[in-house]
Amino acid sequence: MLIPEHYGMDAIIARNLCKSFGPVTAVDDVSIAIPEGGIFGFLGPNGAGKTTTIRMITGVLIPDAGTVQILGTDVQNDPIAAKLKMGVIPENGTVYSDLTAEQNILLSAKFYGMDTAGRKKRAGEILDRLGLTGRKNDYVRTFSKGMRQRISIACAIVHSPPVLILDEPTTGLDVYSRRLVIDTIRHMNREGSTILLTTHNIEEANALCSMISIINRGRIVATDSPENLKKTFDTSRYIEVSFDRAVDPSLFSAPGITRAEVWGDKWRAYTDDPDRAVKHIASAAEREHLAIVSIATSEPTLEEAFVRLTAGV
Amino acid sequence: MTDWKIFCRGIVVITEKNMRIYYFKGPVVIFGLLFPLLMFLTFFIGRDLNLISFFPGFLGMMLFFTASSVGPLITPWEKREKTYERLVSLPVILESIIIGDLLAGAIFGIVITTIVFITCAWLFSIPVASAGLLGLGFVLGSIAFAALGTLLASPTTDNPSNIMMLSSLVRLPLIFISGIFIPLSQLTGPFFLLTSLSPLTYLVDLFHAALNDNAVYPPWADALVLVAVIVLFVVCAKTIQKRNLVKGI
Repeated sequence: MLIPEHYGMDAIIARNLCKSFGPVTAVDDVSIAIPEGGIFGFLGPNGAGKTTTIRMITGVLIPDAGTVQILGTDVQNDPIAAKLKMGVIPENGTVYSDLTAEQNILLSAKFYGMDTAGRKKRAGEILDRLGLTGRKNDYVRTFSKGMRQRISIACAIVHSPPVLILDEPTTGLDVYSRRLVIDTIRHMNREGSTILLTTHNIEEANALCSMISIINRGRIVATDSPENLKKTFDTSRYIEVSFDRAVDPSLFSAPGITRAEVWGDKWRAYTDDPDRAVKHIASAAEREHLAIVSIATSEPTLEEAFVRLTAGV
Repeated sequence: MTDWKIFCRGIVVITEKNMRIYYFKGPVVIFGLLFPLLMFLTFFIGRDLNLISFFPGFLGMMLFFTASSVGPLITPWEKREKTYERLVSLPVILESIIIGDLLAGAIFGIVITTIVFITCAWLFSIPVASAGLLGLGFVLGSIAFAALGTLLASPTTDNPSNIMMLSSLVRLPLIFISGIFIPLSQLTGPFFLLTSLSPLTYLVDLFHAALNDNAVYPPWADALVLVAVIVLFVVCAKTIQKRNLVKGI
């Protein structure tokens, strides 16, 4: 069981990080503080600056300005000590193709100074957890993307890091691998690791994270819990309804319904007053002798918050 | 654990990783052994050369090519495979990566050249005037040219073929201006000055001192130049790779 050394402090503190590549400002004055034990999501569209921020936090990229501390250790001033406290899963599941699954994990463990017996035992445990025990002696070059990503995660968690940083850990994975990855993230968090992950998968961030920062064009535009972010934008709801036969769009012409569109075999009617809209749709259906096959009202979504924030609304 | 111990551990693990993944593989070792043989045949067959007086040049060339052969490819290859980013995020610093790359090349150079030297010494009864100087030449030469390999790996690219071209462009001309084909003692004027610009000259001269006791420069001067070259190559490699980290490339 991993025991955090620094109770009561932020696990990751990034202050005023800035990074430009030529005339392009990739990260502009980003500051985050991630409390120990949490799962913190970094959410943003492609090119928003998520990976650049993560690379500065992990010491892979030197910032133009700003500082990063991992459990009180400055990444630039004491990189080795800071990196010992981290496990990092870079984008694209990077492991050595010419080593076997087990050799990759053992190699990572050596960098963290684990003894031979400890390395073997831990590698066996992780391979078992990730469903790769049967492939442990196979070269990684024969693995699928999902299996490579699992090995990448195994390499990052072999030393039970107090801080685990994952860059787009589930992008492009099949359902089984994705589920294993998410289970492993949750497991590591239960074991005491603080998690920082980037994603553009809103549902994943919603399901996993206790706090989310939304980044757009290199700047953090909002930081809050998923529920609070949803409430912030609880102004645009919709009703999804399907009828037993085709209907005319004029059916949805009513005060409170801003617009309606075909959504597969259903209609989606957007409204800022769901109660009034549902009553209108029900009475219109009654009047037109339509049978309602299904009807559902939406909850405010994190996607809505994300779209609003990253569109600059 | 103190930082320097973790630093040294990082170097050892990187060296081991490089040797396992990039050096001690069938095709690389076979190439490492075949290349000297082919060079030897090219060098000596059909020419009325004094094997004893030309052998130091041949030995220097072998060490030069083997120690600097794979090193230039490691970093570009790792950048292409995206393993470089993981490596940098592990508990290592840039110096650990550079020295680890350097040591792997040096060990490969020493192992291959030792096999070639022992075989040739046994077949052709090569004399050894000073085993100590020979050992010093092996160590300094292998480190110096492995450091050259690491420096050649430093420019920004994830395409190993670009680096191979650069590597050939730098390494091949050096063998013509290093007293290999014409012994240093027979060169004068501008040709002699030109040879003094090549670090390989000093290794060949050190091997002359070790094998024939027939060096142009004092052995300590050869050794000093090789040490300076090692420092220069490592500092340049670090400067370039640090700049790459700042630029994110």
